[in-house]
Amino acid sequence: MKIHIPTPLRVYTGNQESVTVDASTVDAALQQLAVDHPALRGHLFTAEGKLRSFVNVYLNDDDIRYLPAKEATATSAKDELTIIPSIAGGACCCCC
Amino acid sequence: MMLELTQTDYEAIRAHGEETYPHECCGVFLGTASADQIQVSEIVRAGNTRLDSLHNRYNIDPGELIKIQRQARNKGLDIVGFYHSHPDHPAMWSSTDFAEAHWYGCAYSITSVDKGKANLTNAWVLTGSSEEDKKFETIEIKRS
Repeated sequence: MKIHIPTPLRVYTGNQESVTVDASTVDAALQQLAVDHPALRGHLFTAEGKLRSFVNVYLNDDDIRYLPAKEATATSAKDELTIIPSIAGGACCCCC
Repeated sequence: MMLELTQTDYEAIRAHGEETYPHECCGVFLGTASADQIQVSEIVRAGNTRLDSLHNRYNIDPGELIKIQRQARNKGLDIVGFYHSHPDHPAMWSSTDFAEAHWYGCAYSITSVDKGKANLTNAWVLTGSSEEDKKFETIEIKRS
């Protein structure tokens, strides 16, 4: 299956926008990705092995957080994963 | 490092901030990046999901961002940065902006919108490659 890599992390995949892994669940796919590109592991996972809070993973058009099986969701070769860091912010409210 | 965008796009991001005032606007820069330049080819407005605090917070739904990224890919473009506005607040990144910045190598632009009128527009590149060494570095905006 294909995994789309966001701009800031492509330096760790030889500048490839997407890579292909062979895996049967979302978690297995992400683990294989980290095996194939070891420098990605620290950017995707905490020291405890959980996905970092600002790392969003979509299976096709679904956020895996909201899938019943979450990272254990089964995948097939035609599925696509997209890793997308959060984008947020806002003015400081120290003067509010 | 320089952020280059057309005068039209520059005015459009400022106009977006005026339209959403007194709420923060947000959007995406699509284009290409090299070692010394981030070239914006297109800007895409995005929705602000922070309905609880629109006047001083923004968040772009990752699902929307993925659709924007897919559109970009079909055009041979990448996501190269983001813009948002600060209603009645300086065009300077806040501690919240910094804490929530994770797109290393991408441009972040902020427009101050004072009493409904766009004032300053500034830009930074998020340098570094991790949460531990990231920094905002001021960059020039070149309008073409």
